[in-house]
Amino acid sequence: MVRVVFLIFGILFALTARAELAIEITGAGDNQTPISVVRFAGDELVSKNLAEVVANDLKRTGLFKLIDASGRVPHDASEVRYPEWLGVEMLLLGRINTDHGDELSVSFTLLDAVRRSELLHVTLSTNKTQMRALAHQIADRVYERLTGAPGVFSTRIAYVNRHQGSYRLVVADSDGYGEQDLLISKEPIMSPAWSPDGSKIAYVSFEQHRAMVFIQTLSTKQRVLLAGFSGSNSAPAWSPDGKQLALVLTRDDFSQLYLVNADGSNLRRITFSNAIDTEPTFAPDGQSLLFTSDRGGSPQIYRVAIDGGAAQRQTFESGQAFSPRFSPDGKAFVYSLYSGGIFSILVQDFESKQVQFLTTNGRDRKPSFSPNGRLVLFATETMGRGILATVSIDGKVKQKMVAQGGEIREPVWGPFVK
Amino acid sequence: MNKLILGMISATLLAACSSTAPKAPSAPAASSSTSAGGDVGASATAAQIKAAEDAAKLQAAADAQKDAQHSVDAAATQSDAARLANRTVYFPTNVDTLQDADKDVVMAHGTTLGKLPQAKVRVDGYADERGSSEFNLALGQRRAKSTKQALILSGAKDAQISTSSYGEEKPVATGHDEAAWAQNRRAEINYVVGQ
Repeated sequence: MVRVVFLIFGILFALTARAELAIEITGAGDNQTPISVVRFAGDELVSKNLAEVVANDLKRTGLFKLIDASGRVPHDASEVRYPEWLGVEMLLLGRINTDHGDELSVSFTLLDAVRRSELLHVTLSTNKTQMRALAHQIADRVYERLTGAPGVFSTRIAYVNRHQGSYRLVVADSDGYGEQDLLISKEPIMSPAWSPDGSKIAYVSFEQHRAMVFIQTLSTKQRVLLAGFSGSNSAPAWSPDGKQLALVLTRDDFSQLYLVNADGSNLRRITFSNAIDTEPTFAPDGQSLLFTSDRGGSPQIYRVAIDGGAAQRQTFESGQAFSPRFSPDGKAFVYSLYSGGIFSILVQDFESKQVQFLTTNGRDRKPSFSPNGRLVLFATETMGRGILATVSIDGKVKQKMVAQGGEIREPVWGPFVK
Repeated sequence: MNKLILGMISATLLAACSSTAPKAPSAPAASSSTSAGGDVGASATAAQIKAAEDAAKLQAAADAQKDAQHSVDAAATQSDAARLANRTVYFPTNVDTLQDADKDVVMAHGTTLGKLPQAKVRVDGYADERGSSEFNLALGQRRAKSTKQALILSGAKDAQISTSSYGEEKPVATGHDEAAWAQNRRAEINYVVGQ
């Protein structure tokens, strides 16, 4: 085997809080619930507008229409004069209290302004430095109370930030704030994939001058090499039980799908095409995979059982289809379509085969579902620069998140963490 | 020509370190001094010594063939050198078969590898930015593989050639148009130090 001369490849592990992102939300869904999130009493104690964080979380789901409180400032149910809130269906009020030292508590109340009834009254406490996380918890509780589905505002996302020849693997809150670096390298990083319990991320690193798959534990930053066979090792995807991964190797042939246990044992090949098979992703029941293949000529999405066998073509749009992802309920999948010089994000229902364009923006790639299936995260570009964006599953509400430096690539939404 | 090979090998050693080798110039002379990468740090010294030693061995091997080279006329030598100075081949969109325009270049490297059995190369494949990063990685791998096959057909041995891919990473042109994409759909032949 040829030994390539390695020099320092500048791998640094770091845990650095980063500057915040600018967020822009556009569009509006049908049947949005009008809600007013009133500025919380005592937010001067935390130098953060908690109500604004909660309101932005709710707004980007596309389910709510945010109504400005226009100077009305009730902080609990007794201070509300309902006739003032015509046109508002839901009211969220809150009060921040200092407990001791850096400990704070927030009491919040969700009111049905039409029925004049209390839907939720909760007190949460936390350290002063965790106020943003607390705001996301409040948004999660409100969202769940009003939709019946769990909120994803406390979940995290991962992506790669490329900036002046340096690559960072970043973990951040679902709204793009609170960035932390998991890996910094002078060589490319690709395809981060969350373990189902959210404790680890598998990814592709070129630090040894070719693609190899590593698994890194978030809490300890420890990592292991999962696949470093000759050629390229890439596209890791976790099984829903976290016991094995699908990945793509070129060691025997062109890029083909393999399964391997999470400890690196029991490697076996599952596709045998004379074409490129890549980007595997597990169905929620763990019994099948979607993947990208050009076995039919141009890249399209196929489905194969995990014990191998014949693959079934899924996509038939004109153009090239890439990067499939199952919805959390397994009933649909998203993918990226390249057609007429434009990259769009599409969602396709397995049963009806119905296809819907979620975006038609031009450079939208690498979609992944929020763990509740209501939003899709993807990579896009604004003024030639790679950024993060989300779109609601009805395609109506879009959110762009612009980092202060660098290009954002390869985003992936993490799981619910118990 | 021997000196050229030595120069190229030194250059590609450095290039392999940084993996950002600039496109080989089309002029035959002095392709050697331009490719030091930005991330070559202090620990390069040991590797560079090793590289120099290995390159010296290659030079000695090449010297052994000197007499044979004498019969080659000056024009042909010039032309071979030009082909060897070029280490990059290009591909149309979504295509991984070697193009006619690049066959002389690959043949020159394949022939050289056949004459220098201790020399080794790494072929890195690349793709333009269209497609997904993973599909492009696979496409680059396929381009590297077809380049390897052509090198073998020209006299190189399988064991002398490893293949890898960067896909759409490390573009040589950063634009978002066909002019840039055409430069990025490529495979690069990089000489490395064999064990």
